[in-house]
Amino acid sequence: MLEHYLSLATKSIFVENILLSYFLGMCSFLAISKKVETSIGLGLAVVFVLTITAPVNWALHHFFLREGALAWAGFPAVNLSYLNFIAFIAVIAAMVQLVEMVMDRFLPTLYINLGIFLPLIAVNCAILGGSLFLVERQYTLSESAVFGFGSGIGFFLAIASMAAIRHKLRYSDVPKGLRGLGITMLLTGLLSMAFMAFSGIDL
Amino acid sequence: MSILSKKSKVALTDPMLGNNPISVQVLGICSALAVTVKMETAIVMTLAVIFVLTMSNTIVSLLRNFIPNRVRIIVMLAVIASLVILTDQILKAYVYDISKQLSVFVGLIITNCIVMGRAEAFATKNSVGQSFLDGFGNALGYGIYLLAVSFFRELFGSGTVLNFQVIPDSFYAGGYENVGLFVLSPGAFIILGLIIWFQSTITKFEED
Repeated sequence: MLEHYLSLATKSIFVENILLSYFLGMCSFLAISKKVETSIGLGLAVVFVLTITAPVNWALHHFFLREGALAWAGFPAVNLSYLNFIAFIAVIAAMVQLVEMVMDRFLPTLYINLGIFLPLIAVNCAILGGSLFLVERQYTLSESAVFGFGSGIGFFLAIASMAAIRHKLRYSDVPKGLRGLGITMLLTGLLSMAFMAFSGIDL
Repeated sequence: MSILSKKSKVALTDPMLGNNPISVQVLGICSALAVTVKMETAIVMTLAVIFVLTMSNTIVSLLRNFIPNRVRIIVMLAVIASLVILTDQILKAYVYDISKQLSVFVGLIITNCIVMGRAEAFATKNSVGQSFLDGFGNALGYGIYLLAVSFFRELFGSGTVLNFQVIPDSFYAGGYENVGLFVLSPGAFIILGLIIWFQSTITKFEED
């Protein structure tokens, strides 16, 4: 049983990295990866929020929105799954707010370090994408928790390594038209190729 | 284009090359890459984005004097999410196979920065007509990139364009093989990088 979760975690961290193979969270990835410290901050915030929102959205989908989910309330024929999008985004926004408040109270140093990134996460595609994937792939509750955590770690690794590469890049002579976004895209391509080397690993 | 005033013309045409949402504003790259394995899905995605972006810009602009500033983000999200749900239902009803292939990426239009970004940056400050044109122009600028990337990915990755085989069988007989890399995700990044290089060389755009 444990092996199943381990293999799901490795899969979501490396092989099916949410950023490098599903392209989710690219906007913040490109905008933030200019500095190593801020990238690590954003990465940590994503890990945190994804790990919490994935199981919560699973529960919401499972007990309220999927077809026949309202049988316990006496409405077995109701299918509210078209409300998935709007419900998920509301949960994510609310969770981000909650996480912010809890952190402010109990982990003030981490809260100050994450700063502006926490509220920005509400519109990060990786978070909503994670929730939509777990519905589409029909994960169980514990699977979605592992998947959320793994995807977060995957995002963290990708953005931290990209920031390190871009840091080094400042001293290199990049062709003129390629500077900025162009070279970053090419590098992301290479990085994603490197992560693909993990495919086939099955624990 | 003489029916349009100069400002409207700028709102419409500027996003297509000079101020392209993908290559210059760096918005909405997530979905730009994921749906570009085949041109067919890219076209459907472009249409979906055109619909959502023009409608959301128009609606937000209509409401701009009624939305209190403090809750504007949540109002915009509600408008956008409702439009996306509508799009998703329409796609499921009429082009079910393609909507299966697009999977979660239709839903992800909600968090596509381009929609939110234009609503926040343009529609909250400009008239309805302007916002409509701005939304349409940005969606087209987005679509051009989507189509360009998917064209190359499909051509080199599967040897087809819009599902018609264009690379003749004699090539395959002579030892030519489809480049599998282009179907996988690194191909998308690299092609987009090259297209951006090409474009910024033409427009002389430079980032710091």
